[in-house]
Amino acid sequence: MSTVFGVPTQALFGQLLIGLINGSFYAMLSLGLSVIFGLLNIINFAHGAQYMMGAFAAYFLLQWSGLGYWWALLVAPVAVGLIGIVLERTMLKRLYHLDHLYGLLLTFGFALVIQGMFRHQFGSSGLPYAMPAQLAGGRNLGFMFLPNYRAWVIVFSLGLCLGTWYVIERTKLGSYLRAATENPSLVQAFGINVPRMVTLTYGFGVALAGVAGVLAAPIYQVNPLMGADLIIVVFAVVVIGGMGSIMGSIVTGFTLGVVEGLTKVFYPEASNTVIFVIMAVVLLFRPTGLFGREK
Amino acid sequence: MATVQEAAPAPLLETPAASGGHQVAAFAIMVLALVVAPFFVYPLFLMKALCFGLFACAFGLLIGYVGLLSFGHAVFLGSAGYVSAHTAKVWGWPPELAILAGTAVAGALGVVIGALAIRSKGIYFANITLAFAQMIYFFCLQAPFTHGEDGIQAVPRGMFLGVLDLRHTLTMYFVVLAIFLVGFLVVYRVIHSPFGQVLKAIRENEPRAVSLGYAAERYKLLAFVLSGTLAGLAGGTKAIVFQLASLTDVHWTMSGEVVLMTLLGGLGTVFGPVVGAFIMITLEHYLAQLGAWVTIVQGLIFVVCVLTFRRGVVGELAQLVRKPL
Repeated sequence: MSTVFGVPTQALFGQLLIGLINGSFYAMLSLGLSVIFGLLNIINFAHGAQYMMGAFAAYFLLQWSGLGYWWALLVAPVAVGLIGIVLERTMLKRLYHLDHLYGLLLTFGFALVIQGMFRHQFGSSGLPYAMPAQLAGGRNLGFMFLPNYRAWVIVFSLGLCLGTWYVIERTKLGSYLRAATENPSLVQAFGINVPRMVTLTYGFGVALAGVAGVLAAPIYQVNPLMGADLIIVVFAVVVIGGMGSIMGSIVTGFTLGVVEGLTKVFYPEASNTVIFVIMAVVLLFRPTGLFGREK
Repeated sequence: MATVQEAAPAPLLETPAASGGHQVAAFAIMVLALVVAPFFVYPLFLMKALCFGLFACAFGLLIGYVGLLSFGHAVFLGSAGYVSAHTAKVWGWPPELAILAGTAVAGALGVVIGALAIRSKGIYFANITLAFAQMIYFFCLQAPFTHGEDGIQAVPRGMFLGVLDLRHTLTMYFVVLAIFLVGFLVVYRVIHSPFGQVLKAIRENEPRAVSLGYAAERYKLLAFVLSGTLAGLAGGTKAIVFQLASLTDVHWTMSGEVVLMTLLGGLGTVFGPVVGAFIMITLEHYLAQLGAWVTIVQGLIFVVCVLTFRRGVVGELAQLVRKPL
C-alpha cells in the first residue's frame, strides 16, 4: 500500500473526502448566515435549527406523502424559508430599531424552542433517511472509492454557493441588495421596497439552511440536535471568513472542511479544535476576518 | 480623570450620590431572606441558585455595564469547576484553596480570551467568545484529567479554612452564602466606583470616552477578566457544593442560560441577575421531569423577554419605584 508522509493514501483521501463534505455544509451554512448578516445585521442563531428542519421536512415528505429526495430538495427549502419569513414578519422585524444583540437573542430563543419541540416529539436518536436510488453506489477512481452521493453533495453545494455569489455580486438584483446593505434609507428613497427585500433575504438565507439539511439527511441521520453543535463551528467559519463576506464564507467553508479532515489524519486529537485555533490566529492578525472589511 | 469623582476609601456599601439608601435596603432584605431561607427551603437547591446567582452577577456586570454580550461565559464557570474539583480530589487541597485555584484559572482564561476578543464589538464579540468557549469545551471533552463524559465525581468537600466541616449541609450553605455575598459586593462596588463610571461611559459612547483619554480597550479587558474571575468563583464553589465537575457547565447551552437569567432579571440592574437566576433555577426544578420541555420553556421566555419584556423583572420594578435597583 502506498503512503504519503507515512499515512496510507486510502486513509488520506478518505479523510479529504469527508473534509470536503463537511466543508460543503460549512460553506452552505456560513453563506446563509453571511447573506442574512449582510442585510439584517443579525446573527441568525436559529440557523442550525433551520438546517435540522430542512432534514426533517425531507423525512416528513417521504413518510406522509411519499415524495422522495428530489421533491424534498425542492419543497423542503421553500417550506423552511416560508417559516423563516413568518418569523421575520411577525417578530424579528420589531427589533430592527434596537441593538442588534436582541436579534441574536431572539433567534437563540427560536433555536431553543424549535429544537426542544423536535426533541420532545422524536427523542434524541436519529431517524434514517434513504439515499436516492439514482445516486446509490459509487465509482473507483483508482486511488480511492468515491460514493456517488458524496460527489453529488460536493458538486451541488459548490454550484449553489457560486450561483448565490453570482446573483449577489453580478446581477442587478444583487446590486440593490448590496446597496441596501450600505445605506437602506437611500435605497428606499429610490423607490425600492427595502423591508420586503429584507424579508425575502432572510427567507432565502433560511432556505439555504433548509437545502443543506435535505442534503445532509442521507449522510448523517435526521436528528433533532443535528444542527445544534454544527452551527457553532459555522460561526467560527464565518468569523474566519469575515462576517458578511459572500466569497469569504464559501472559500473558508470548503478550506476549513479540508483542513479539519487533514487534521484528523495527522493529529486526530486536535480535529475538533483546529477551526477554533485558526480563528484565534486569524483574529490576532486580522480582526475583521480574512475577507472582511471594516464596517 | 477629571470627569469622574474620586472615590473616598469608604466602607463597602457607601456609594456615590447617584444611588441611595434603597439599594442598601434591598440588599439588607436579600441578605435577611437568604439567611432565613435554608430553614424553610431545601438548602441544596438554594446553594445551586446562589452559585448561579453569582455567575449571573458576574455576567451581568459585563453586559449591563460594559455592554458586551459574551456568549461563552460557561467557559469560566466550567473550567473553574474542573480545576477546583481536580485540586480538591486528586491533589487533596482544602476547599478554600481549591476554589481559589479554580477562580485564578478562570481569571487567566479571561485574560487570554479577553485579549483576543475585546477588539471586536457587539455581535462579533458574542460570536468570538462563543467560538472560544466551544474550543475549551472540546478541550475539556478530550483532556484526560476531566474524565470526559463522566466528569470529576465524588469531590470531597473537606474542611473550610481547617475549621468548618462542609459535610454539614447548613455549614456548607453559609459558606456558599458568604462567597456569594463577597462576589455580589465586589460587583456592586465595581459598578459604583469611578472605574464603573468609566465603563458606563464607554458603553454609552466609546469614541467619546476614548477622546477623553480613557484607554477603552484596557477598561473593557479589565471588566472582562473581572467578570470571568467571578464566574470562576461561582464555578469553583459549585463544584465543591455538588462534588461534581461535568461537561454541562462548559457547554454553550450554559452560556445561553446565564444570558437568559440576566435578561429575565433585568439588564443593567444590580439585583436583576440574582432574581433571574432564582427564577430560572426554580423553573428548571419544576420542569426537570418533563425533559425537553425545559428547553422549550427557556426558548419561549427568551422570545417573550426580547419582544416585550426587555427591562426584566427588576428593571420593571425599578421603573415602578422610579429608582435604580
